[in-house]
Amino acid sequence: MTPYSPQPSAPLLAIRGLSKAFLGVQALDGVDFTLRHGEIHALLGENGAGKSTLIKTLTGVYRRDAGTVALEGREIAPRGVEEAQRLHIGTVYQEVNLLPNLSVAENLFLGRQPMRFGFVDRGAMRRRARAVLSGFGLSVDVTAPLGRFSVATQQIVAIARAVDMSAKALILDEPTASLDAQEVAVLFGVLRALKGRGIGIVFVTHFLDQVYAVCDRITVLRNGRLVGERRTEDLPRLDLVAMMLGRELEAAAHRIAADPAADTQAGTDARPPLVRFRGFGKARSVEPFDLDIRPGEVVGLAGLLGSGRTETVRLVFGMDRADRGEAAVDGRTLRLRGPREAIRLGFGFCPEDRKKEGIVGELSVRENIVLALQARQGWLRPIPRRRQEEIADRFIRLLDIRTPDAERPIQLLSGGNQQKALLARWLATEPRLLILDEPTRGIDVGAHAEIIRLIERLCADGMALLVVSSELEEIVAYSRRVVVLRDRRHVAELRGGEVTVDRIVSAIASEPVPAGPEGAPA
Amino acid sequence: MIHRFLPLIVTIAVLVVGFLLCALQFPNFASLRVVGNLLTDNAFLGITAIGMTFVILSGGIDLSVGAVIGFTTVLLAVLIEQGGWDPPAAFAAALLAAALFGAAMGAIIHVFRMPPFIVTLAGMFVARGMAFVLTTDSLPINHPLYGELNDVAWRFDGGGKLSLPAMVLLVVLALAVVLAHWTRFGANLYALGGNRQSAELMGVPVARTTVAVYTLSGLLAGLAGIVFSLYTGAGYSLAATGVELDTITAVVIGGAQLTGGYGYVLGTFAGVLIQGLIQTYITFDGTLSSWWTKIAIGALLFVFILLQKGLLAAWTGRGGEPAEA
Ligand SMILES: Nc1ncnc2c1ncn2[C@@H]1O[C@H](COP(=O)(O)OP(=O)(O)OP(=O)(O)O)[C@@H](O)[C@H]1O
Ligand SMILES: [Mg+2]
Repeated sequence: MTPYSPQPSAPLLAIRGLSKAFLGVQALDGVDFTLRHGEIHALLGENGAGKSTLIKTLTGVYRRDAGTVALEGREIAPRGVEEAQRLHIGTVYQEVNLLPNLSVAENLFLGRQPMRFGFVDRGAMRRRARAVLSGFGLSVDVTAPLGRFSVATQQIVAIARAVDMSAKALILDEPTASLDAQEVAVLFGVLRALKGRGIGIVFVTHFLDQVYAVCDRITVLRNGRLVGERRTEDLPRLDLVAMMLGRELEAAAHRIAADPAADTQAGTDARPPLVRFRGFGKARSVEPFDLDIRPGEVVGLAGLLGSGRTETVRLVFGMDRADRGEAAVDGRTLRLRGPREAIRLGFGFCPEDRKKEGIVGELSVRENIVLALQARQGWLRPIPRRRQEEIADRFIRLLDIRTPDAERPIQLLSGGNQQKALLARWLATEPRLLILDEPTRGIDVGAHAEIIRLIERLCADGMALLVVSSELEEIVAYSRRVVVLRDRRHVAELRGGEVTVDRIVSAIASEPVPAGPEGAPA
Repeated sequence: MIHRFLPLIVTIAVLVVGFLLCALQFPNFASLRVVGNLLTDNAFLGITAIGMTFVILSGGIDLSVGAVIGFTTVLLAVLIEQGGWDPPAAFAAALLAAALFGAAMGAIIHVFRMPPFIVTLAGMFVARGMAFVLTTDSLPINHPLYGELNDVAWRFDGGGKLSLPAMVLLVVLALAVVLAHWTRFGANLYALGGNRQSAELMGVPVARTTVAVYTLSGLLAGLAGIVFSLYTGAGYSLAATGVELDTITAVVIGGAQLTGGYGYVLGTFAGVLIQGLIQTYITFDGTLSSWWTKIAIGALLFVFILLQKGLLAAWTGRGGEPAEA
């Protein structure tokens, strides 16, 4: 791979000795980072390593405590996003969901609207918005409010906005968290084109495959310190993981993550189903489907974005009301009237859109973790403080949630750690059926293995699990059965030995009858 | 698909239907004279409500506007009658004072991260208090220019006329629509009201925008104060008590969300006219107590809030509740 190299004397971005502390946390400690023209540079590290803080300090969202930043040799110290944008540094921050109340076009051009005679030229804005999005293979009504679109579409709009602004540098903090394989491929095409034009790109992700697919160089952070910078081709995957974790990923975790594990779930077929759905569905949401889930079983839901996965789990949890078919729990037919009822039945649901439906930012980590448990008990019977602390501490240890203590407001944790706390919330209720929508998005390799191991253990204790995931390897790793969806229909159900990535892919791609194992994922 | 202007369309439809019903009952109702009076009588309210719309769009609130109107009328009376100022100079001074007052509140809200509700509530007491310090009496303004300005009007056949206050209102309305939809400032307001953190991370100048929107609201309240003093020909420290609530009502009836980010200036204008229409109806009827105005507006407000909530849920996609129990 020979990147574009006119080699101006100075690198595009040279960060030296950057430090930033928050109350009690040294988030960045003398970090150096160099971004060259025409390269894609991965910024990696565990949850809480300081990646997002580096980006925010660089672009002026936070004021730095020490260090220098030079853009093409000239020292810069932007005091806010607006100033960074004027320096032609475009950024997609980890937590940005753009603005749901503005139209797609307004989101794309906020702060840099095309002007005519001193006024916003709305026509030109719409036209340019369509042009920008078509570069991402997206053709949507750009005058519709952004909030109406799926999380994935919103994320593409956020990326498109940053790309369109980044004449020099583009910074992407976990931009692919909600994208499916095809969308990621489109994004990578765009990134490669930008790189060819000499633009430098910083790419933060927890998907190591993506790192090896597009990145030229890798910088690793751990606990706010620089571990090192390497060329991608000089750094085998295992060494990279060791750099990130500061230790080898334990062999046991590795085995579980890699092998189709069915052993712990063997014999679950004989048990009576915990839940049983027959002809269950909702008009304009999901076609009627049949689904049984037995205690101790993990059922995966696979399919492209928009294939009806999320809609299926919303129906199962009673968040959307089914208008046909019937549901039975423990063999008793009943109506699922809403999430409250589902929780009473011992269901738990960890949603995909965590910003909107998940964490309560101002509450502490402890309060967030015990929230669902408390809700199920009823607010009239408060869980004693001591017990709350025990629960919180147990999960903080179990999931390795990086926080100085359990009393810290959860919004101050790094993105991945917030997510672990959310998972802990539902695990703490010891649900009989836990529904996870994209459970490991944004979670680092080390914790990823921990979570999969934890899931195995819980299933051995009889918990049933329904998982939606776009990562097929992950689904294959722990699912005993996989339901494949397409166009809002359940099109195939794979079980036991049939559960392989290839089979899932061909079921998604082909006609309803699954063909033999052939064809590779894109 | 539900059209994005639906809340606005509903408000305007209510206004039109209400007007037609009145016209059916009272044959004199459908005249240019009534329409002209409706605009004149509600000019100060409309101007204030337009400022309030911007504040609410940005996710804030301004409870000081009624007090600022009262203060302005007193300041004008004192400057013109006791200080011997020319009215135009007094107008400029009043506008400047009101704008600076708004800017100060905006700065406090931004710098100290204080809730706008509290800051502008304090502002309301301060403005009212300053009016009382100037004078507790009602001071008539007898300057000849006041009489002349009150005669300025665009007259139509049949006795209708567009008075100066009404013209000011319409000009402010036109400028406000342009400001909201054809300037970056307008877009920044909607952005700020949508989500402050996201807006900041998208490069919206939060500090500047926050200060500017309260300045604008203060300025328009000052302008409304001038119009009010023209209309009543006096300065009185208790003038326009409770107008902040009437303007908020107009904004909400006009389809804006109190949490910010959604709404239209034109909707607010329709909201003001709906309130004025109810008042006019009750005047025409002659037997109803004027308190029926309040009751009718209260009921209408309630219905509109429910309606808007339903529309918004349908508009932004799923109507389902969040997952939390
Ligand atoms: N605003 C803040 N106030 C206090 N502490 C913070 C703040 N932002 C981040 N931190 C802390 O700084 C550390 C680094 O967080 P950062 O968000 O940079 O991690 P990250 O590498 O982006 O992790 P992830 O992969 O989970 O997104 C964490 O310990 C976090 O709790
Ligand atoms: Mg992060």
